[in-house]
Amino acid sequence: MTNKFLVIIEQRNKQIKKSSIEAVKAASDIASKLHGTVEAVSVGGDIDGLALLGGYGISKVTHLKNDALLNYSASAYTSLISNFAIENNFDTVFISASAMGKDLAPIVAVKLDAGIAVDCVSLNIEGNDILATRPIFAGKALIDVKIISPKKIFVLRPNVFNAGQPSAALAEVVTVNIESLEFKIKVNEIKKSEGKLDVAEADMIVSGGRGMKGPEHFHLVEELAGIIGAASGASRAVVDAGWRPHAEQVGQTGKTVSPNLYIALGISGAIQHLAGMRSSKCIVAINKDKDAPIFQIADYGIVGDVFEIVPAMIEEIKKINS
Amino acid sequence: MKIAVCVSHVPDTAAKININSSGKEIDPAGVTYILNPYDEFAIEEALKTKEKFGGETVVISLGSDASKESLRKALAMGIDNAVLLKDAQYRDSLSVAKALAEEIKFQNAELVFFGKQSVDYDNSIVGQLTSELLGYNCISVAVSFALEGNNIVCEREIEGGKEVVETNLPALITTQKGLNEPRYASLKGIMAAKKKEIVEKIPATTSNYVEVVTMKKPTAKQPGRIVGTDVNAVPELVRLLREEAKVI
Repeated sequence: MTNKFLVIIEQRNKQIKKSSIEAVKAASDIASKLHGTVEAVSVGGDIDGLALLGGYGISKVTHLKNDALLNYSASAYTSLISNFAIENNFDTVFISASAMGKDLAPIVAVKLDAGIAVDCVSLNIEGNDILATRPIFAGKALIDVKIISPKKIFVLRPNVFNAGQPSAALAEVVTVNIESLEFKIKVNEIKKSEGKLDVAEADMIVSGGRGMKGPEHFHLVEELAGIIGAASGASRAVVDAGWRPHAEQVGQTGKTVSPNLYIALGISGAIQHLAGMRSSKCIVAINKDKDAPIFQIADYGIVGDVFEIVPAMIEEIKKINS
Repeated sequence: MKIAVCVSHVPDTAAKININSSGKEIDPAGVTYILNPYDEFAIEEALKTKEKFGGETVVISLGSDASKESLRKALAMGIDNAVLLKDAQYRDSLSVAKALAEEIKFQNAELVFFGKQSVDYDNSIVGQLTSELLGYNCISVAVSFALEGNNIVCEREIEGGKEVVETNLPALITTQKGLNEPRYASLKGIMAAKKKEIVEKIPATTSNYVEVVTMKKPTAKQPGRIVGTDVNAVPELVRLLREEAKVI
């Protein structure tokens, strides 16, 4: 095995996504343990800061450039990346398990004839192999998997691997202008949810459940989220009731999240909700029912009425911030 | 047009998961199995497409005899035919995709729907793998679907918004909650489904690329501290979050 690693970089509005930087750092950590080499590849129009990826441990970034590649196209991106990986003999590929990563990685896997492990939350070395841990059943269990094919793709869950502080090193950036493109699938437009952080990417989440008693009270969830810079989330019950959009749902049929801080407001903690957020680093629960299962996994709790506690929290944090 | 739907039979989301003595698989004792929730959106979209444009629908599942229950549910909702690719052995995603792609090719389906992930192994890649093996165009995590002639436009969910994606048939779409409201099976549908034949086939064996080394339960989290039982606890809670947990 040659241990030639490649990290696929994702950009949005010319900026490298944070989850891609996490993947670069994770790949270079593993590469140094296995005495391998690691490079990166990006696809798009202009992208800022590619050289700075050197600070996270890689020597070279190849940028496959064409302005028509600004938006993701599964067909164009996967053929460019696969051809690049094959021509340069990369045997192990890393990418973040973002919406794009999860769409693109399996297609690249087929093109490279590679085994694929998705949503990895830790990577360890066992002998000469990489052992990847991934949650299954939305986190009710974990499996350690080993990819046994010669080519391998690891898709890493965002917000889990710590990118740390970069060094001052710069990577060599090689720009390749791409002429012929294959747009069998094309993103025509991106509709952004106005000014909202996505729960899957957020460092902090404030979620509301049935205890919020109605959609008209979710301004409290949003206000608390707003002052600490968190995303707003919701339990399945309130999404099914139509109070909140599905994009906010945390849990087994929604998003699995692991933010630094998860504040659960009026959420009792059904098993499928706990599965989706139990790996959060710090969990706070506010609930009237002292026997609510959410308190079993909360680091801090207040047994009380959300309509009294939440406004007081907002006031207290405002006071400290000012 | 022939439309295929691929479904899986999975533990209920309310089920507690325990691990069996092999240390690599779950213990099925006491676990209720259901049709994978995301696959209901796939079935519904296949039915709606057939109602609009005509054609024939087929549901395919890879699994043991138990999967027939989910195939029957799809038939009861209105799918025309069902195929069980009978195999109880562990297969990784790529191996599952190879078996499904083979059957889709045999069925000559030019439009295929998958749930965006099955809620057991949570891979969320079998649809994309199958699509690429078939050489079809794939749109994953679709929350809207519009077919006109050969042309497909979907919205797919991404971080903080949606992408509007366009492609052509033949295509494979993986479905996300929000795409549609799956119908309930009618009594007539349930009775008719009981009489329908489920075609059984043995899929070709293929080697796995990914091996499960161990399966384990996450380390149990110790319950933390109840800071208080009323509004007076708020300053202390905020202090703890700032000074002890250092998260705000």
